[in-house]
Amino acid sequence: MSLTAEDVTKIAHLARLGIKDQDRDSYAKDLTKILDLMTQMSELYTNDITPMAHPMEQEQRLRRDIVTELDNREKFQRCAPQIEAGLYLVPKVIE
Amino acid sequence: MHHKTIVELAKGLRSGEYSSLELTHFFLDRIKQHRQLNAFITVTEELAHQAAKAADIRLAKGDAELLTGIPIAHKDIFCTDGIKTSCASKMLDNFIGPYNATVVEKLNHAGTVMLGKLNMDEFAMGSSNETSYYGIVKNPWDNTAIPGGSSGGSAAAVAARLTVCATGTDTGGSIRQPAAHCGITGLKPTYGRVSRYGMIAYASSLDQGGPMARSAEDAAILLQAMAGFDEKDSTSVDCPVPDYHSALNNALDGLKIGLPKEFFGAGLSNEVAVILELAINEYRKLGAEIKEVSIPNLQYAIPAYYVIAPAECSANLSRFDGVRFGYRCNNPADITDMYTRSRGEGFGKEVKRRILMGTYALSAGYYDAYYLKAQKIRRLISNDFNNAFAEVDVIMGPVTPSPAFAIGEKIDDPVAMYLSDIYTIAINLAGIPAISVPAGFAGTKPVGLQIIGNYFAEDRLLNIAHRYQQVTDWHQQSPKDFG
Repeated sequence: MSLTAEDVTKIAHLARLGIKDQDRDSYAKDLTKILDLMTQMSELYTNDITPMAHPMEQEQRLRRDIVTELDNREKFQRCAPQIEAGLYLVPKVIE
Repeated sequence: MHHKTIVELAKGLRSGEYSSLELTHFFLDRIKQHRQLNAFITVTEELAHQAAKAADIRLAKGDAELLTGIPIAHKDIFCTDGIKTSCASKMLDNFIGPYNATVVEKLNHAGTVMLGKLNMDEFAMGSSNETSYYGIVKNPWDNTAIPGGSSGGSAAAVAARLTVCATGTDTGGSIRQPAAHCGITGLKPTYGRVSRYGMIAYASSLDQGGPMARSAEDAAILLQAMAGFDEKDSTSVDCPVPDYHSALNNALDGLKIGLPKEFFGAGLSNEVAVILELAINEYRKLGAEIKEVSIPNLQYAIPAYYVIAPAECSANLSRFDGVRFGYRCNNPADITDMYTRSRGEGFGKEVKRRILMGTYALSAGYYDAYYLKAQKIRRLISNDFNNAFAEVDVIMGPVTPSPAFAIGEKIDDPVAMYLSDIYTIAINLAGIPAISVPAGFAGTKPVGLQIIGNYFAEDRLLNIAHRYQQVTDWHQQSPKDFG
């Protein structure tokens, strides 16, 4: 399986990840090599194996629906790039 | 003073030989003196003074714990309240942690004195510390060699005696591999043993924090303070934490050690194999029985890991979008441009590679072939370990195929870098604990022995490592340039 610079463009778009034009070929080459490594997995017969998502097979714990955290909005927003009146500002979304 | 263990330092603090403030100054001076090692991203001198003074008060009042007043440093992946938490990425270069990770909170509570935040591979993605935005950490034993990664700053700082001990995290070997390359002791606990709250996520089903120290005894003391159930981490396991220190001296008579034949195959360098043979012989002398076992699916651990970890990374790192925290690009044209350029400019090459790989593996049409297949292989590998632990108490083997490689040797070949993780990643896939212990030298470079245990066998691993350190002095060697 071999990936092209166009494939890299498509995947990068899905991830909203800026990749410079001049780097696309080198990412395509690296990802192709990595995918070659992945294809080793197909040597193994796994049809009747249950996938393992969590090492402890633990179920998600539930807690009581009560307030446990204080309102830290101001503190958390101190590390935001742009805020106003307690809101996060981003470029205009709706025309 | 810098060669003393936690127990020795605790005695000195109590006898009045030195105060925590003096001890703290001593280590801060060493950090300044050895800046060229690049082990620290941030040194928190002022806060260290305050913490040391508070520790001295606790010591004077007699309500101190074993770790009170002991200098420590944290991998810069753990959030620290009011202190820069960068994960060694440009993305978080301006990020001041708004709260403490549970691990940091617990160690603060125990009275440790934080000296600063340690360098690492960017977002813990790397095996050589070469992916850090802040530059490579040098190996204290050989400044042309990598210190290992991703907890390379932690390992180098402990080895060079710039701190008494450190925290690290291990997703595919990131505690054990740098510990082996720098000649220190590093333990990756069972998944769920140490809280992941406030530890910046890379691959959530694999990430685990753990202690990095000079000896198994020091690691036991640290783990005691770090481990335990945490409501704030939904994967934290609610089971009692044993007394690690009291188990250290248990006898090893009749201990059954398994050597998986796959760990000693063609990929292992001769210099490492020779050292391991000697280490295993020490265990024979200590009363252990040696048996060959098998982890037949070991070779598939690498492809499975490099599907699962990037897949989880691509999901976890989607939170870095330039909106709530972290880097935002200049003058975005629109919101898509803002996301795309902030991420493109904020992340380094290896992180981007893994996000692309993970996004691809999870994209429509490929999920079954990659992610689901990898999760099935994960089950097979876990079964392999279960079968081995039905026959033996612990498994021993190498941590790495060869001693620390040269800076620059593998950075342009991601697959070669990934293959060097062969002996560590299967352990993360299974979720079991393992420890890396200094076992000798190949020339000037340290070599580690890996001891792997069943779920929650940290007490046994520390005991087995400690008994070895009672009859060997590899863990006491220190790099000559660091006194």
